[in-house]
Amino acid sequence: MTTLSLTVNGEPVRAEIDPRLSLADFLRENLALKGTHLGCEHGACGACTVVVDDMPMRSCITLAASCEGVRVTTVEGFDDDPVVTRLRQAFRDEHALQCGYCTPGMLATARDIVLRHDRPDTEQIRAELAGCICRCTGYRGIVRAIARVIETKSQATAAKAGTT
Amino acid sequence: MKAPAFAYLRPVSIAEAVAALAEGAGGARILAGGQSLVPMLNLRVAFAETLVDIGAIADLRAVSDEGETVLIGAGVTHATLEDGASGDHWCGMLAFVARDIAYRAVRNRGTLGGSLCHADPAADWPVAMMALGATVQLAGPDGERALASEDFSVDVFTTALEEDEMLTGIRLPKLSPSARWSYRKMRKKAGAFGEAIAAVVHDPARGFTRVVAGSSAVGGPCRLEALEGAVASGSLAAEATIRAALAEREPDLDRYEMQIHATCLRRAMKEVSS
Repeated sequence: MTTLSLTVNGEPVRAEIDPRLSLADFLRENLALKGTHLGCEHGACGACTVVVDDMPMRSCITLAASCEGVRVTTVEGFDDDPVVTRLRQAFRDEHALQCGYCTPGMLATARDIVLRHDRPDTEQIRAELAGCICRCTGYRGIVRAIARVIETKSQATAAKAGTT
Repeated sequence: MKAPAFAYLRPVSIAEAVAALAEGAGGARILAGGQSLVPMLNLRVAFAETLVDIGAIADLRAVSDEGETVLIGAGVTHATLEDGASGDHWCGMLAFVARDIAYRAVRNRGTLGGSLCHADPAADWPVAMMALGATVQLAGPDGERALASEDFSVDVFTTALEEDEMLTGIRLPKLSPSARWSYRKMRKKAGAFGEAIAAVVHDPARGFTRVVAGSSAVGGPCRLEALEGAVASGSLAAEATIRAALAEREPDLDRYEMQIHATCLRRAMKEVSS
């Protein structure tokens, strides 16, 4: 066993864990944060993507033990995140989910796309999303939702630039 | 599936990590970003009695400008190189290669050194590093040693690392501003491993030219010196010459493999010569 201390959704957490435990299993089984979904469990599908120190990472192929001292944000911890708040509305408006299984990973990934890109075209959004698999909605709604949030971000930036 | 139980160590210095490897006596493995090793442990195609997690060693994330060369810490992530956060002395080549490795969530954890040590034959960094003339810096119980990337890369999933050694950094010569490079990859979808890779670097100011192919089909990075003369002289190699160079190194390529490797090489060489 090894001792782990980290911050999950703003709360300090300490635990004794088996070193082979994945971050995803730690979140789901030890902390009962079932919003992090497991699909392929080898890093290909993106369903388990969470935000670690402000970067999206695969929780299924990240050892919990490697997360000493980090800040993890799961889908349960996005309520005060302004970008995810806008993404959630856009996902609703654009029908960017049906069953919702991929959505926690999609939101963590979409948040990162919005934060790192100012004027991506559809091709770039699709390339950035390539690591997140959705098997029911199709990607058009998801791509539109992300593009819409980036558009409002660009407008806000332009408006801000205009006033200074 | 989950990995069998293993012991876990998290050293904070290179010396501690090397000592942990020695103590593990062959059963200890370095864990860098874990983006290949963790799934392979889970699928039980890789094994470790002890994992030595080097994620807490700050020295491995350092990038030092040495004048003509830059020493990139083995723990620098693909995403850091993609963003150019460690500086660009390679006319954009590192960022270009990094951007197309797996997915951003993987690039945020996966490291340059991890990729080189894992030595997946279809991986990008072993090819790109050989094309740039990198040397790798290794640390072991008897001190440090440096190896040219050609000597470090031994075979599929096999490097020249001894059981008690670790990769600490990658020393890259800077490209001159007038240098040209091309990196071509054929793959089935964004983020997938390449089925064929060709990397060409031509830096006439330094008298440096490299042509490297890579993929599972060719068994990892392979330098094609027979094609470097054409690139250096600015002429275009004939298709037959490219195929002959490939066939000499890898006689068992099937028609499809030959076609995609030759095409990547031809396009890369043409781009550098144009």
